[in-house]
Order: sequence, then C-alpha cells, then structure tokens
Amino acid sequence: MQDPAHHGVVVEPSVPGSPAIEVRDLHKTYKLGEIQVHALRGISLAVEAGEFVAIMGMSGSGKSTFMNLIGCLDRPTRGTYCLDGRDVSRVSKRDRSRIRNQKIGFVFQGFNLLPRTSALENAELPLLYAGVGRKQRIERASEVLRAVGLAGRERHHPSQLSGGQQQRVAIARALINNPSILLADEPTGNLDSRTSVEIMEIFQRLNQERRLTILLVTHEEDIARYAHRMVTFRDGRVQRDTPVADRSLAARILPTLGAADVEAAEEENHEGA
Amino acid sequence: MGLISILRVAVLALARNKMRSVLTMLGIIIGVAAVICSVAVGAGASSQIQQQIANLGDNMIWVEAGGRSVNGVRTGSKGTKTLLLLDAKAIQQQIPAITNISPHVDTPTQVVYGNQNWYTTVRGVSPEYLAVRRWAVERGSSFFQEDVDHAASVCLLGHTVMENLFGTEDPIGKTIRVRNLPCQVIGILTAKGQSPSGQDQDDFFLMPFTTVQKKIKGIDWLDDIMLSAATPAAIRPIEREITALLRERHHLRADEEDDFNLRHPAEIAQAGAESQRIMTILLASIASVSLIVGGIGIMNIMLVSVTERTREIGLRLAVGAGEMDVQMQFLGEATVLSALGGGVGVGVGILASNVISSTLRWPVLVPWGALVVAVIFSAIVGVFFGYYPAHKAAHLDPIDALRYE
Ligand SMILES: Nc1ncnc2c1ncn2[C@@H]1O[C@H](COP(=O)(O)OP(=O)(O)OP(=O)(O)O)[C@@H](O)[C@H]1O
Ligand SMILES: [Mg+2]
Repeated sequence: MQDPAHHGVVVEPSVPGSPAIEVRDLHKTYKLGEIQVHALRGISLAVEAGEFVAIMGMSGSGKSTFMNLIGCLDRPTRGTYCLDGRDVSRVSKRDRSRIRNQKIGFVFQGFNLLPRTSALENAELPLLYAGVGRKQRIERASEVLRAVGLAGRERHHPSQLSGGQQQRVAIARALINNPSILLADEPTGNLDSRTSVEIMEIFQRLNQERRLTILLVTHEEDIARYAHRMVTFRDGRVQRDTPVADRSLAARILPTLGAADVEAAEEENHEGA
Repeated sequence: MGLISILRVAVLALARNKMRSVLTMLGIIIGVAAVICSVAVGAGASSQIQQQIANLGDNMIWVEAGGRSVNGVRTGSKGTKTLLLLDAKAIQQQIPAITNISPHVDTPTQVVYGNQNWYTTVRGVSPEYLAVRRWAVERGSSFFQEDVDHAASVCLLGHTVMENLFGTEDPIGKTIRVRNLPCQVIGILTAKGQSPSGQDQDDFFLMPFTTVQKKIKGIDWLDDIMLSAATPAAIRPIEREITALLRERHHLRADEEDDFNLRHPAEIAQAGAESQRIMTILLASIASVSLIVGGIGIMNIMLVSVTERTREIGLRLAVGAGEMDVQMQFLGEATVLSALGGGVGVGVGILASNVISSTLRWPVLVPWGALVVAVIFSAIVGVFFGYYPAHKAAHLDPIDALRYE
C-alpha cells in the first residue's frame, strides 16, 4: 500500500520521517562585475522537525544568505536543499513562492509590517495569497494574534504598537499558514533585552506546543542559548555545531525581570538612582 | 487573488494616501470633464443647426428669376419677367420627385390696421407654400386654391406683423389695409424666431400669389418658385431637370446664360453643420490629449509609489505573492484611480456643461453614451499607464526589495 501523497499529484509532498531541512554542500556565489563573492562555501546541515536552531557568526559570514536559501527566496549556486524530504533547490519561481506561502514563516529584524494597516490585516496577509476567504482569514488572524498575546489589539496600526508588539504581529503573520519552519533573521536586533526574552518565550512555546522547526539568526550568545542547538558560521562554512548545554527557558527567566509596563521600569530606575 | 480582493486591496491602498490619490485623479477628472464639455457643446450646436435646417424647409429648392451673375454679381429677380406660372405648372407636371410647389411673388409694403401701421414684406404664394417652408397655422386657417383662383383679398400674418398691428387684440376676421387694398386676416402663422443670421423670420405676411400679382404689384410673372424634393438625395437630380426644362421653355440657346438660378438653403446650413462637426472633433481631440496627460500623471505617481513601497512588495513576495498578484495589485490601483477619476470627471463634465449653457447661453446637449465611453476609456488609460509600474513592481527581487532602504 502506498501513501497517496507519494504519487506526485500533490504539489509539495513531504516525506515523513525525513529531516525538516537537509542541505548538502550548499554554495552561493554572488557576481559583482568581475569580482566573485563566495558567500557560502559548502554548508552541510540537517535540522530535524521540531528542532530550534540558533545560527551565529561574524558579520558577513553568510548567515542571511543561508536563511534566504532556506526560505526559498533565492537559489543556491551549487548543492542541494531538501525541505521536508523534497528537493527544492531547483524548483521554478512560481513553485518557490508557493512553498514560501505554505511552508515557511519569516520574521525579520525590521518587522516589515505594512504601515497604516491594522494588526489583523498584517497578520492575514499570507492567507490572501493562499486564496483563503475573507471570513476565514479574519478568524485565523485573530487566533494567531491571540497566540502571540495580542488579543484586543487587532485594530491597532503598527505606529500604535511598541516594537515588541510589532514583532509579535510579524510572528503571528509568519504562523498563520501553519508553516513547517519559522525563519527569524535577528528578530531581536531592534528590541531591548526584556522584549527579546518575551519574543524568545513565544518561540520556545511555539516550538514546544506546535513542534515548529525554528531557525534563528542572532549575534547574541544569550539569545542563542534559548535554542536546542547552536551552529556557528565562519566565512561561508559551518565552524561549530553544538547542542546548547544548560538551555535558557524564557518562561522561567521572564518573571525574574519584573513588571513589563513603563511605570514599573521607571520605578526600577528610581530605585537604582 | 480574486477580483474582489484585488479591488479591495487597491481601494485600501489608495485610501491610505487620500490626498495623493485625489491629486492623481485630478488629471483624469479634468480630462474626462473636458471631453464631455466639448462633446456636449458640439452636440448642442449640432442639434441647433439641425433644427435650423428643419426650419428652412422641407428639402426646399428655390428657383429664383434672374441669371446667377452679371460680372460675377447676382442681379436677382429685378426686371426679369420670364419666370411664369406656366413654368411652375410644367415643373409640377413633368418632374415626379416633387412633393409640393408654390409660386412666389414678394414686395415690401406698408400695412395699416386702425391707427397702427407696420412696414413689412408681403409674399404671394399658393397654399402649398406652408408645406414647403414648414410653416404651421397657429390660429385661424390657411387659404385655399379657390382663394388663389379668385385672387381673394385674404392674408395670413407672421407673428411679428400680428404683434405690431394688433397687440393683444384678436386679429382673426379683422381687415387690414395693404397699400390701398382692404384685406381680411384669416390666420396667424406660428413663430420661428430669429434665423441663425439674426433676421426676424416672422416679419412678413402671406397672400394668394394671384392677389399680389394683380392687386398689389400689377405684374403677371413670378419672382420665384419654391418647391420640395421628396428626399434630400433627390435635390440634385431635380435641379438638373428643372434647369433643362426651364432652359427649353425659355428658348435659351446653348451660349446663353440661365435667366433663373437655383438654390437650396439647406446646403448652406449643411456646410455649417459639417464645419461645426469638425470643430467638435477637434475640441474633443484636444480634450483627449489632457486625458492622456492625466494617464501619464497616474504612471508617474504609480512609479513613485512602487519605489516607496519596495519593502512592502518584498514582503508580499516573501509571504507567497506571485508575480501576477503584485502585478494585479498595482494595475488594480491604477485602474481604480482612473476609473474613479473618470466617474467624478463625468459629474464635473455634466456640471460644467450646465454652467456653460446657463452663463454663455449656448445650447448644450450631454450625450449619455459619451459618459459610458468616457468612464471605460479612462479605465483603459489606467490599465495602459499602470502596466509599466505594475510590471516593474512584479519583477522586483524579493531579497533586494526587503533590504531596500
Ligand atoms: N546580493 C549580494 N550581492 C553581492 N554580495 C552579497 C549579496 N548579499 C550578500 N553578499 C555578500 O555575501 C557575504 C555574506 O553576507 P550575509 O548577508 O549573508 O552576511 P551575514 O552573516 O548575514 O552578516 P550580518 O551579520 O552582518 O547580517 C557578505 O560578504 C556580503 O557582502
Ligand atoms: Mg545578516
């Protein structure tokens, strides 16, 4: 007996039991006129479904380039990339946009929300391109906004939200189509340390509750310690790949940081002075 | 994305930048309004000319006694005594495509009623004259062939003559004096008002031509013959036949010039209508150019908008929008802008046409078909000028677009 999903009729078959992400000898070379920039020089890596991986490395080491390839925003110069067991390194532009829509959630450093657009409408954006009806879009957007702790803020515009809240809207948007992987390139880069921990709390919760595979690029060792595993890039290669010993748990750390609102923070400042 | 979604996204995006959207639409609004105004003014003028042509007469041909020219100057009927009633009868009998025919003799004269007098023109005609010139009797009745046979002293007054002699008094049955001839008023003609050249078309009165010939002018020839062709197309052939017939009847040799001349006044008005039509086309074309300028305005703003929203486009592409989705989004915005501009332009155009008609007293006619065409055309302008910016947006690289500062 064969699983009907293996017949190739389904656009994006996933092979059960295979790693969520498996790349072999991945190369990316940019041509700038005469000069060739070797951004990736042979990355081989496997990420199991449900893993939370932090990617670290110096500036220019190829982290973002790698994330773009994993996110199907770009194609590798050489090497293979299997997403859920299916080789997607050579698929067409149209199929890549479908994969981005169905399988991948992006969270960016700069949030990238649509200005003058409500949190709800920002969150539902991927569903617009998935052909989901309006009523269902609103339903699901409210649901994911609740999941990231933004119930009651559906009608707020980005300019009426704090940085942390804006990043939560972005996470809600990344989650709305139930992707198999979440890609976050320095999601806490624009946030203060407490808000960063709040975002990590959401990531850890989603990772645990939904078995969501997460790839997180960060410069901060502290943030990387919330992941299961830490991969360090150097000059377009994997330098180090180690499990995180003594993993930080945001849910535990958060209460020790004190109240979140501004008044409490100010009180702390006064006490310190 | 469905059409509804595309339109919704477009409207929302435009609503986010209301001022800019309105200013962008202004080009299209002005263009469409200009087109509608010029078409409305043109259609008004044309309907007025058609009205005037109808007033001139029913496919009228006018045979005037006297050659067309002496040293290039028309001599008119003065002194030409060759056009006779028998000529009119011969024309009527031998040329079938004629519906009505009337002899015509006229002379300026003074008319008196009580202590009122008026200087006007008397036209001696047959009852068919009313049909040839499309005159109707407003009050009383016309005279008949019998009156012509007896040279009866009866008359039909033009409105101006009636007003000047009778004021508010009822003229029917009253007797006026034409020179020294007492004459009974039996009817009043409807008013036609001023001619295009500003002449009062109602300042005359009609009598049987026999009466004018015998009792007023003392002549036995005719000044003119007026007749109607069955169709406009029949006018030319009839003219040729009349020319041949009259030349034969007047025993003119081949080297002699005609002792009569033929005119059909509608032709002059038709020429006016033609030049007016060309003028309308010209005006509308100039106005259409402003529509195209409006379209270029849309393209300009859409290009700015695509650049400004590069990150938005990058994001949309990242979360799964296809090239087609982005293309349709921006094309949708351009089309909504221009169609909306077209709709508002139609309103402004109608309003402006009414202002023109009430302040300049020009006849204005808004053709409703033109309104639909204007909206559709402006939507096409939007699609045309929105295509390039939309194409540009759709072909952005998502990574570059996301990183755009
Ligand atoms: N589109 C491009 N064209 C040419 N070179 C590029 C392009 N994108 C990245 N690079 C080069 O590839 C290398 C890797 O860049 P990448 O953005 O992946 O680094 P990174 O690890 O994300 O750095 P950072 O920590 O600063 O974000 C750099 O040398 C960069 O200059
Ligand atoms: Mg980077």
